[in-house]
Amino acid sequence: MIDVINLYKTFGDNQVLKGLNLSIGMGVTQVIIGCSGCGKSVLLKNIIGILKPETGQVIIDGQDVTKMAGNALSALRMTFGMLFQGSALFDSLTVAENVGFNLIEHTDLGSQTIAKRIKEALSLVGLYGIEELMPSELSGGMRKRVGLARAIAMRPKIILYDEPTTGVDPIMADAVNELIIRLHDKLEVTSIVVTHDMVSAYKIGSRIAMLYDGKIIEEGSPDEIKNTNNLTVKQFITGAAKGPITEGESFNHNVLV
Amino acid sequence: MSFNKGFNEPIAKFKSLMRYIGGMVILFIETIFWIFIPPFRKRQMLDQMYKVGVSSLPIVFLTSMFTGMVLALQSAHQMQRISAQMYIASLVALSMVRELGPVLTALVVAGRVGASITAELGTMKVTEQIDALETLATNPIKYLVVPRFLALVIMLPILTIYADFVGMFGGYIVGVFKLHIASNMYLNMTFNPLGLKDLYTGLLKSVIFAIIISIISCYEGFRTSGGAEGVGRSTTLSVVTSFMLIIAADCLITALFYFIGQ
Repeated sequence: MIDVINLYKTFGDNQVLKGLNLSIGMGVTQVIIGCSGCGKSVLLKNIIGILKPETGQVIIDGQDVTKMAGNALSALRMTFGMLFQGSALFDSLTVAENVGFNLIEHTDLGSQTIAKRIKEALSLVGLYGIEELMPSELSGGMRKRVGLARAIAMRPKIILYDEPTTGVDPIMADAVNELIIRLHDKLEVTSIVVTHDMVSAYKIGSRIAMLYDGKIIEEGSPDEIKNTNNLTVKQFITGAAKGPITEGESFNHNVLV
Repeated sequence: MSFNKGFNEPIAKFKSLMRYIGGMVILFIETIFWIFIPPFRKRQMLDQMYKVGVSSLPIVFLTSMFTGMVLALQSAHQMQRISAQMYIASLVALSMVRELGPVLTALVVAGRVGASITAELGTMKVTEQIDALETLATNPIKYLVVPRFLALVIMLPILTIYADFVGMFGGYIVGVFKLHIASNMYLNMTFNPLGLKDLYTGLLKSVIFAIIISIISCYEGFRTSGGAEGVGRSTTLSVVTSFMLIIAADCLITALFYFIGQ
């Protein structure tokens, strides 16, 4: 169980999270939707402890991540895998060194075992024989998949996805969706997916939560979200230019006339 | 309103300056702490030592060679007027070892290595690679800063000694082949006035310059934000700040030794 309780996070004058509450059950694929720049990635980084909130708690298995540091935090992070928006592969390392980073750095496994685990992680995301390539030689979709292989190499219990389908073509986006579903079933992990791609959200999510103005304004199953009466959520999921989210913004008015 | 604004702006600037200095001091302390925590990354350190040291050899060679030659040529005219040409050798040797060797090498390395460290770490920051390191339970200071810090602290003094000798050789070429000072005389006048103290003040300087370059370039890299433009901005800032601090630290250390020596 992951409990996010009353989370506040500010950058300079910009208060991004304003008392956010969210409960995520184990084994669930929780999708978090919301507009660009509304703090979805910030929420993910607070859950894994890269960012620290001003106030609030993130409780995972009874431990408060926001209070953890040093070895305890490192140990907790070993149970996490995270796929970054731009994949965040290390440019100076090969694909194999990227995927096996944690295994090489934090385990005493022999090089043959590590090579086997790297191969296994890559085959789970459908990649073969690219171990010796550098990240700069890969296409966007391949980078995403290598990033995912790196996230699952340590066999994590929780996988965080930051906009997994952004920046890849629709076919590759669907392949990534399929991959997330397959990994979820095969590895029995809890997944938290941040996205603004509704096709993806409906397809992979067992629960969907909408983040707006620093808070979760609606949480439910994909069907509940589809049939919501909340006008803000409705505007977002239908992708309408007019509505409560864009109220008062210039492109909402007929400025050209 | 205007009073408030006029008052608040300098306070905000002062606060951000304090935060900047504080951030660097904290980074320095954390770096020292992580140096002693295993695992020790020999391969990465050797890579960095190669990048900092071996790759800088040609540019350090050129800079100090020309500086040594120019020093000899510039002083030749004055010295000839008082028939003291042979002191050119001592002048070149002392200026190189005490002052120009450490400072010029540090400036060249700040421009070459410091800039590349900031650009590399800055790019890693804006592409979330540093966040990724943290999610992979790896401390970015241990993994990225410590090898660069140690490589600079070890290689910059070695480069400085190399620069000292190349500079003296530059002076020797001018002295012997242009000003016709006898070779053994020139060499005598080069090494006789040099004391051990001259060498280690020069080396102490270069260690301090190495700390300045590594901490500033890593700190600027880590605080980069705003894409490619941000990387450019922090790289410029890193080089400019390193230059200023190197010159300021040089002045301070020289003054310190001057007063201690009295």
